[in-house]
Amino acid sequence: MTPSKMVNIYLYTRYERFWHWLQTAFILLLLVTGFEITGLFTLFGFETAVEIHNFVGLAWLIAFAFFVFWVFTTGEWKQYIPTSKKIVTVVRYYAYGIFRGEPHPVPKRRDAKHNPLQRLVYLTLAAVLLPVQMITGFLYWGYNSWPAWGLDGWSLSLIATIHLAGAFALLSFLIVHVYMITTGHTITAHTRAMITGWEEVAEGTPVEEWEKAHERKYCDT
Amino acid sequence: MKKTNWPSCTRILIFGLLLAAIAASPGWAAVADEDPMAPGRKLARQAVKALETGATIDHGKHTALQKEFADGQAITAACISCHSEAADQFKQTIHWSWIGSTDANGKQLGKAGDSLNNFCISTNKGADKSCNACHPGWDGKAEGINCLTCHSRKPINWSEAFEDYQAFAASDDPSEKEIATEIQAEIQTAARSIGRPTRANCGECHFKGGGGDGVKHGDLDTSLAKPNKKLDVHMGVDGQNFDCTRCHTTVRHHVAGRIYSKPAATDRKSLIEDDLTPKITCVSCHSSTPHAAGHKANDHTDKVACQSCHIPDFARVVPTKMSWDWSRAGKLKNGKPYKVKGPLGTIDYMTIKGQMTWAKNVKPEYAWFNGSMTTLTVKDPIDPTTVVPVTAPVGNATDPNARIYPFKVHRGKQPYDKVHKTLLAPLLSGKDGYWSTRDWQRALTKGQQAMQVPYSGEFDFVATSYVFPTTHMVTPKDNTVACIECHVSANGRLAAIEGVYLPGRDTNKTVTFLGWIAVLGSLAGVCFHGLGRLITNGNGKKERAS
Repeated sequence: MTPSKMVNIYLYTRYERFWHWLQTAFILLLLVTGFEITGLFTLFGFETAVEIHNFVGLAWLIAFAFFVFWVFTTGEWKQYIPTSKKIVTVVRYYAYGIFRGEPHPVPKRRDAKHNPLQRLVYLTLAAVLLPVQMITGFLYWGYNSWPAWGLDGWSLSLIATIHLAGAFALLSFLIVHVYMITTGHTITAHTRAMITGWEEVAEGTPVEEWEKAHERKYCDT
Repeated sequence: MKKTNWPSCTRILIFGLLLAAIAASPGWAAVADEDPMAPGRKLARQAVKALETGATIDHGKHTALQKEFADGQAITAACISCHSEAADQFKQTIHWSWIGSTDANGKQLGKAGDSLNNFCISTNKGADKSCNACHPGWDGKAEGINCLTCHSRKPINWSEAFEDYQAFAASDDPSEKEIATEIQAEIQTAARSIGRPTRANCGECHFKGGGGDGVKHGDLDTSLAKPNKKLDVHMGVDGQNFDCTRCHTTVRHHVAGRIYSKPAATDRKSLIEDDLTPKITCVSCHSSTPHAAGHKANDHTDKVACQSCHIPDFARVVPTKMSWDWSRAGKLKNGKPYKVKGPLGTIDYMTIKGQMTWAKNVKPEYAWFNGSMTTLTVKDPIDPTTVVPVTAPVGNATDPNARIYPFKVHRGKQPYDKVHKTLLAPLLSGKDGYWSTRDWQRALTKGQQAMQVPYSGEFDFVATSYVFPTTHMVTPKDNTVACIECHVSANGRLAAIEGVYLPGRDTNKTVTFLGWIAVLGSLAGVCFHGLGRLITNGNGKKERAS
C-alpha cells in the first residue's frame, strides 16, 4: 500500500506533556528507589533511597491532584472513556497488521488521541493502578499514624505487598509502553509528539488550525 | 515530509522543571540531617545543666570521723551518728538483702535467694563465702553495713587492713606499732573521703560481676571507670562525665534499675511529664521523639529501643565472656589442674571452671523486651532437651510496652538434676566446694543442702542461656547502627525478630517471583514483537529506510 501524505496536528498540550514527563521522572525514581528498598541493589543507600522515595511519592500525590483537576476541567476525561468499538481491530493490527506494514486502523485525532486499546490501558493506569500505588504508598508512609487515623489492626505486610505488586505492574507497563512508542509510522514519531506536542498523521484527519497558530504565536515571543 | 516548527522553549521548560524536581529530592533529605542539635539532645542538655550540686559538708572535718577506728563497725557507727536513717534505709534495699522479691510459694528471687545464673551459678544462700567479696557489709551480712563500699573515694582492702591493724596494734614491738599507726592513717583517710558513689565505687562490683573484669554484662567493665565519649557518650570524661547515679536515680538508698523480673521503669515518662521520675530510661531526659522533626527515627521509638541503634556493639575495650561450659571442667595435665590463655589474653580453659569463650566488639542479639525478665530458680522445672533460658526477656510485638532491645546472651552448660529436672546449685568455694575437691557429687550435694532443695544424686549437664540488656556504652550519634543493618533481606541484625513487617527484610517472595515473571514476560513479548516487525519488514521499517 502507498503511504498517504502526512500532516502535523497539535495533539498534546504543554501541560499534558509536562505532566507526562514529570510522571515519567517520578515513576522511574520511585521504581529505582523502591526496588533498592526491597534490597535488589545498592545505589543511593537504604536511608537516602527511602527519603527520595517518600519525597517523590508525596510530590506525585500532590501533582496528581492537579492532573485530576486538569482532566476534568478540560474535558480531557472523555479521552479515557473505554469503548469496545474497534478494539478487536486494534488488537488484530498489533498482532498481525503491523507486520504487514498496514497503517494504524484508528489514527489519532485531536478529540480522540487514544485508540481503544490505549483508552483501556490508560484508564486502568490512571483510575486503578496509579491510585492504588498512591493510596498504598501513602498508607505505608503514614504507618505510624494508623491508630490516629482509625486504622488499627490493618496489616502493613498486606499494604506493602499490594504496593510491591503495583510496582511490578508499573514496570511491566513501562516496558510495553516504551516499546509501543516505537510503533508509530516512524520509530520516533510518538516520542517526538510527546516532546513537541505535534504528531504526524495521514492527511485527511481533521486538524484544528487555531491550535497550531496559537502555539507558534505564544512561544515565538 | 515536513519538519515541524516546534518551539524549543517548551522543551527547555519541561526539562528545567524535571531537573529541579530531581535535584530537590536528595537536597531535601540533607536538610533533616544537618540539624546541629536534635530536640532530644537539647532537652537532655537542659535537664543536666546544674551538674555541680553544692555540698554543705566536708567529711574530712567532721568531728565524728576524727578518731581511731579499730574495726569496721566503729566507722559505720560514726556514719549513723549523723545519718540516723541511712542504715535502716539501706537494709531495705536489694544491694543489702540480695533478695528481689518473694512469691506466694516462698520462691525467692535474688542472689541470696533461689535465683541462678550460668556463670558461678549460685551463692548457695550465702554458703559460698567467696561471693561476699561483693556484699556491702564488713564481712558478710552478720558484721553490718560497710558504708564506705559505696561512699569512700579512697577505698582500701578493709578486711586486710583491719586484720593487720588489730594484729600490729596489739604488738609490743615499736616498729609493728608504727605499722599499725600507718594502717590506721590509711583507714582514717578512707573513712573521711566521703561522697556520692562514683563510677569506681559501683564498678568495684558491677564492672567485675562474675568474678572478673567484664565477665558478665559486656556493657559494664573497668573501661567505664574513665571512658572517653566514644566509648560512652554519657560517662565520657571528655563529655558529660556522668556518674552511675546520674541515671540510676537514688531515693532513700534505693537505686533505680531492674530487679530480676521487676522492670527498671514501668512507663517511659520524661522529666517534663514528671520531674521526680527516675532518670533510668532514655525518654526521661531525651523525650520519646528525640530526633529532628520529620526524621524517620522518631517513628521507630514505638517499636525499637534507643539502645538498639545507639549501641552498635559492646565490650569495645575489655573482652566479655560469651560462653562457659562447666561440663568440661576437671581435666588434668600431668595429673595437675591447669589453665589455658586465649588470644584475647583471657583464660579460656581452667580445670576448676571448664571451657570459656570471650569476645570483644560484640554485636548484640535482639529481642522484644518490656522491661521484665523471666528468671529461673533452683526450684523451677526445666526441659533438658532444649536450651534452658535461665533468664529471658519478656515481651512481644503486640505488647505496647515492649521494644526491640539489644542483649548480650551468655551461653552455658551447667549441671542439672536428671530426676527432678531442675538446675543444680553446686558449692564452689570452701573446703567442700568444687574448686577444692573437683568432685561434682560432693559440691552438688553440699550446694543443694545449703539451698534447702532436694538433690536426687543423678546429674548431667544442660545447655543454658542468660541474657543481659545492653544499655551502657552508648556511642556518639555518628557511630549508630545504619538502617541497612536491619532493613536487609538476609542476615540482618533483626533477622530473628517476629511480629513486625520490616521493610527490606520482609519483601513478599511470592509476589517478587511472580512480578519478575511478569516483567520478563513483558520484555520477552516486546522483543519478539519487535523482531517480528524487523523480519517482516513491517510498520516503521520503511519510513526509517527512506
